[in-house]
Amino acid sequence: MGLTFAEKALSAKAGREVRAGEIITVEPDAVLSHDNSAAIAKNFAAIGVEKVRYPERIVIVLDHCVPAADFKHATNHKEIREFVAAQGITHFFDINHGVCHQVLLEQGLAGPGRVLVGSDSHTTSYGAVGAFSAGIGRTEAACTWATGELWLRVPETLVITVSGAWPKRIGSKDLMLYVAGQIGADGGDYLSVEWTGAAVHALSVDERITLANMSAEIGAKNGYIPPDDKVAEWLGCVGAKPCFAQKTQGRPDFSPAETSQGDTGLGAEAPSYIPEKGKEADSNSQQGEAWLRPYEEWHTDPDAEIARAVQIDIANLAPQIARPHRVDNVADVSAVAGTRVHQCLLGTCTNGRLEDLMAAWEVLKGRQVHPGTRLLVFPASQRVNRQAVKAGLMEQFIDAGAVWMNPGCGPCLGAHEGALAPEEACISTANRNFKGRMGTPESEIYLASPQSVAAAAITGEITDPREV
Amino acid sequence: MGKAFVYGDDINTDVLFAGKYTYTVTERSEMAKYALEDLDPAFRDQVKPGDVIVAGKNFGCGSSREQAVICLTELGVAAVIADSFARIYFRNAINQGLPVIALQDAARKIQPGDEVTIDLAAGKLTAPSGAYSFPAFSPEVQAILDAGGLVAYTQQKLQL
Ligand code: SF4
Repeated sequence: MGLTFAEKALSAKAGREVRAGEIITVEPDAVLSHDNSAAIAKNFAAIGVEKVRYPERIVIVLDHCVPAADFKHATNHKEIREFVAAQGITHFFDINHGVCHQVLLEQGLAGPGRVLVGSDSHTTSYGAVGAFSAGIGRTEAACTWATGELWLRVPETLVITVSGAWPKRIGSKDLMLYVAGQIGADGGDYLSVEWTGAAVHALSVDERITLANMSAEIGAKNGYIPPDDKVAEWLGCVGAKPCFAQKTQGRPDFSPAETSQGDTGLGAEAPSYIPEKGKEADSNSQQGEAWLRPYEEWHTDPDAEIARAVQIDIANLAPQIARPHRVDNVADVSAVAGTRVHQCLLGTCTNGRLEDLMAAWEVLKGRQVHPGTRLLVFPASQRVNRQAVKAGLMEQFIDAGAVWMNPGCGPCLGAHEGALAPEEACISTANRNFKGRMGTPESEIYLASPQSVAAAAITGEITDPREV
Repeated sequence: MGKAFVYGDDINTDVLFAGKYTYTVTERSEMAKYALEDLDPAFRDQVKPGDVIVAGKNFGCGSSREQAVICLTELGVAAVIADSFARIYFRNAINQGLPVIALQDAARKIQPGDEVTIDLAAGKLTAPSGAYSFPAFSPEVQAILDAGGLVAYTQQKLQL
C-alpha cells in the first residue's frame, strides 16, 4: 500500500513511516504568527523558560491591524518588537511587508516538503508550493516556541480532481467557492485536501494559493497542490534557496492530453506572476540558513489509501458567490445579481496578488466605480504593491474611483480600515463571511472572485462579471 | 453536573468571540464578557460553572483564535458536546484543558436546560434522555487534559 503526500511529508519529519490516524511529535520547519505574537509571548512567559528553542524558525509578520488603529494596537505591536529583539528572532517582518501568508511565501520560507505550522487558520496556504502546513492555536504556538516541537495527527486525504478548460472570467476563487458549496464547510474536516488534475495545474502559483488558502474554509488540516515546474520557477523567482526540489521522482505527468490552458480572464495582458525575476529577492530576504532542509517533493502514490475523492469539471462553471453568513451558502452570481453592495473589497491573503488585481482591472478598465458603492484595494504585500505601482495599476484604479490602501489584512477581520456599518453589505475577495466578521453582525458579506468584485464596483450591485 | 445550552451546526469562532476584540481584549477574565455575543447574548449572564454547551456538527469552525475557548473556560463551562469539532478548535480546547466530546446527534439527545453529567475517565455521559458513551481520547491528548492543559504539560516535559 502506497502513501499519501501527508503521510510522506510527515514520515520524513518523524524519521519513520507513519500512516493516517497516528499521532506523532514533530519539529516544524517554521512557526508563523502575526499581531497575535504578543499574546503568544504572554503564554510563552507563563511556561517559565527564558529563551525560545529555535529563534530562526519563528516567523512573525505584523499585518492584522497595520498601521496601528489606536494605542491598544500600537502597544501590541510595540510589545512584539521588543520580544523579537530580546529573543533574537530573525524572520521578523514589520508593518511594511504585507499579509503574513503572502510574505512567508515571498520570502521563500515555504516550499515542497516543508512542514510549517502557524497561529492562523489560513496557514494552509503554503500547500500551494507543496508544503505541509497547518494552523494551530496560540498556546501551542507558545509551547512550540519553547520546545521546538508539537503533536500532530497524520490526516486522511481528500483528493479533488479538476478537469476542463477555464471559461472566460472564471478563476480559482470560483472553483473554490463551488467546491465549498458542494461539500460543505466541514467537507474537508481534519483532512489533507489535495487539489489536482489538469485544470489545477493550468493555474499559476498565485491562483493556486487561493485554493490552498481556502482549504481551511472546508475544515482542512492542510491544503496541497502537487508541485510542478511552475512551483520550481516561482520559488526561483522569489529567490528561495534551495529553490529546486531535491527529489522529483514520483512526480506524475501533469500535462495530460486534455488541456485546460483556457482563458482565465487575463488573456494576453497577463503579466508573468513575478515580473522581475530574482531582482526583488530582496533587501530583507533572509534565506539560506543552515537550518533549512533542502526542498523535497512528495507525491501521493497511485495505490495510497484515500478517504474520499471528488471530481469536478469546470468547463461550464459560472461565477460563484458565497452569500451571508456561510462560506458554503454558495450560488451562481447571477442568482443574487441586483443586490445592492455598499463596499467592494479587493485584496486579502486569498486574492490580493498581482494577478488578482490584474483580473479585476481587466473588468473595471474604462469604467468608473459606481457612486453608490466604494472600492477598497489592498495589495497582499509590499512586493505586490510595488509591482502594481510599476505596472501603472495604482494610478488606473485611483482614476477609476477606487481607494488604494496599504498592504495588510485591512477590514478582513473587522478591526479597522473599512469596517461596515449596520445594514451595509460588502462583496469581498476574502475567505470568510461569518456574521460580524467585518465589524457588526447587522452587516452582510458576500465572497466572490476579483472579477465579480470589480463588476459590482461598476454597477453598485452584485453583477455577473461576464455581463459588464 | 450542569445545565445544557444547546446550539446548532457550524457554530463559528466569530460568534463565539468576535474578531474585533482579538487585539483589544487581552485579559483572560475579560474575554468572558464577550462570550457568544453574536450568537446568544444572554448566555454569559445565565451560564453557571459546570454547565455545558451542546451543538451540532463542525463546532468552532473558522479562526484559530483561542479566545473562543478561553471565554468559555473563564465562565466555568465544563465541556462542549457536539457531533463534531473543527480541528483547530479541538486542539485549542484540549490545550486549554476543556474537554470536547464528540457525540452523534448531540443536539437531539440533549435538550436546552437538561441536566448533564459527564464521567470523562469512563467515557460516559448522562442526560434525561439516556446514558451515552463516547470514545476515549488518545493517550497523548489524555495526558494534556490530565496535566490541566498544554502549558502545564509542557512544564512537566521541560521539568520546570
Ligand atoms: S487577510 Fe484576512 S484571512 Fe488573511 S490573514 Fe489577514 S485577517 Fe486572516
